[in-house]
Amino acid sequence: MNLPEPIRLVAFLVGLMAFVGFNAAYLVWAERKGSGRFQRRLGPTEVGFAGLLQPIADSIKLLTKQLLVPPTVDGLLFRAAPLLVIIPAMVSLAVIPFSENLVARDLHLGLLVVFSFGSIHVLAVMLAGWASRNKYAIISAARVVSQNVAYEIPMLLVVITILMTTNTTSLSEIVQKQAGPFWHWNIFRLDQNPLAPVTFLVFYICMLAETNRAPFDMAEAESELVAGAITEYSGMGFGVFFIGEYANVLVGCALATLLFLGGWQSPIGVLPGAFWFLLKMYVLIFAVMWVRWTFPRTQFYTLLNLSWKVLIPISLGTLVLTAITLKLF
Amino acid sequence: MTPAEAIEAARRAGNETFILNLGPQHPATHGVLRIKLTMDGEYILRAEPVAGYIHRMHEKMGENRTWAQYLPNTSRIDYLSAMTYTHAYVAAVERAAGIEVPRRAEFIRVITSELNRISSHLVWFGAFLLDLGGFTPLLYAFDDREKILDMLEAITGSRLTYCYYRFGGVYNDVDDAFLGAARDFVPYMRERLKMYETLVTENLILRKRLEGIGPISKKMCHKYGATGPVMRGSGIAYDVRRMEPYSVYPELEFDIPHYPEGDCMARYRVRMEEMAQSLRIIEQAVAMIPAGPFQTPGVPKSLKPPAGDYCFAVEAARGRLMVRIVSDGKEMPYRVRWRTPSFCNITLFEEASRGMMLADALALLGSLDLVIPDIDR
Repeated sequence: MNLPEPIRLVAFLVGLMAFVGFNAAYLVWAERKGSGRFQRRLGPTEVGFAGLLQPIADSIKLLTKQLLVPPTVDGLLFRAAPLLVIIPAMVSLAVIPFSENLVARDLHLGLLVVFSFGSIHVLAVMLAGWASRNKYAIISAARVVSQNVAYEIPMLLVVITILMTTNTTSLSEIVQKQAGPFWHWNIFRLDQNPLAPVTFLVFYICMLAETNRAPFDMAEAESELVAGAITEYSGMGFGVFFIGEYANVLVGCALATLLFLGGWQSPIGVLPGAFWFLLKMYVLIFAVMWVRWTFPRTQFYTLLNLSWKVLIPISLGTLVLTAITLKLF
Repeated sequence: MTPAEAIEAARRAGNETFILNLGPQHPATHGVLRIKLTMDGEYILRAEPVAGYIHRMHEKMGENRTWAQYLPNTSRIDYLSAMTYTHAYVAAVERAAGIEVPRRAEFIRVITSELNRISSHLVWFGAFLLDLGGFTPLLYAFDDREKILDMLEAITGSRLTYCYYRFGGVYNDVDDAFLGAARDFVPYMRERLKMYETLVTENLILRKRLEGIGPISKKMCHKYGATGPVMRGSGIAYDVRRMEPYSVYPELEFDIPHYPEGDCMARYRVRMEEMAQSLRIIEQAVAMIPAGPFQTPGVPKSLKPPAGDYCFAVEAARGRLMVRIVSDGKEMPYRVRWRTPSFCNITLFEEASRGMMLADALALLGSLDLVIPDIDR
């Protein structure tokens, strides 16, 4: 694409927002349809063919609903929190390469950008809970903070092993290093990191916890905390949180694809790169949904124990192992 | 640090506590139960159940309608296990008036009661896992329950609040289609229970959430009068069907599942095995059911049991259900009094939940299998 830079950026901005909006809407549809199949029912069927217009109907409903702001809340923070959930996720997508050329900004520090914006999500949910002045929301906010702090550590440790093997923080370069047959993907590079599949698993579990998805959905935990931090939100305030949740899952799965599954690299050499990238990403997203509709929720302290007593030692172990392997071979 | 020590430490450190109002509209209380929780962070210092949001004066209503007119009320006290409630009342009145029940009717009562018990436990199974954050098992459980409801609908005409048992028998004879459906249901449900065992019971997350959580001791059961699966989960093999046999239960073979652990997992396992035992009972009863009348002829429309005080206890899905009726020889009861299992089971929640975390306390609440209208009546 040889567009002038400002126009190119605007085009990408619009494109990414449309991408997030479209995905949020149709991932909800896919989740409802998918969970329907898991539960031996049909899911949405009424609006449009196979319920395909259901997300549109839902968003019209959410947009037309009254935005209730309870009088006791902190108005500024209460309104700012939904924006803080969705904007970082969109910004993170700007550095994610969908294919060799399809990337809004190929920064050298792309990986760091994703993580620094990703950590704002915690702040946003905490603010939402805090500003709501609701006891359930505050419990949820406290949970979110300790959960995300606990899971950011193993996640970053795992990412460091990737950095050690690839020697770069640019997401495009990380993918380029995985070029060639599929056993060059980081998840199969046992010659560099003998525990590479375990590393991927740790990353995936941490990603589930970071995005507050089941079985780690402590923040929402509808049977304990009603709706957690978003209890007091109505209409599109709630809708934006919903989009933000899916946008975060999108970023998380995109990152897992780039870091471990060779990004846009094709395993068999046909079809454009963007297709393979999206395919891998959606397979991971499908697994996220699958987990949600299969497992019950964990307890909060089990969740923290899992991070501090299992995942952090494992990721530290893989880090040391990778360092030794790289030095020796 | 155990939760109890944590609370002590919090108190010493001068931590503030707060009141968390759980209900009457909360997704985990499955009805209009309200629990006032005094919390220290996520730890519960004191739980105070507040009942009465769905009080409908079922006992008082008994005093201004005839003995037979009260029958529909009985199935609305615990809507999930309506058959056993009607059974208790009908049997109490039969005891008072000295009405004989034909053997065929007794067998019909046993089959329908046990089917009802399975459907009640299936609702508990789904709702309990919903409390634990697993949504999918609910719909599988309701799929099975649907089969039972269809069967019962075919013979009773209603799907939930049956009014099928009458003084001296049942309202309607069962046909071969129903008996065949009940016979076919047994192997089908056994397969499903096997599936639940491998898919749900052996799930690591579920076991971590239930094992060792919410222990209820034998002493606590005696103290609060807890019965049913709650008591059997604490290692006391008490079942009214065996201890105070009624109907044709003495002729049927079944075990009383009980576990000594007293935790949520024990109560979970007791209920899952009770479904299997109910299937055994249905299997035998369907094979043994004799031909003959389903109703004793000549039971008067306006019944006037001789003056006196009568009791009858049955094993409802949630525990020992006892009804006491006082007659002064008139057309209407002088007094109807229900001893409902959910009411006694909720009273131990205050002591059992002390020092627990909120999520665990909700698992405990779910494992008690409360039906709120049964508490309030």
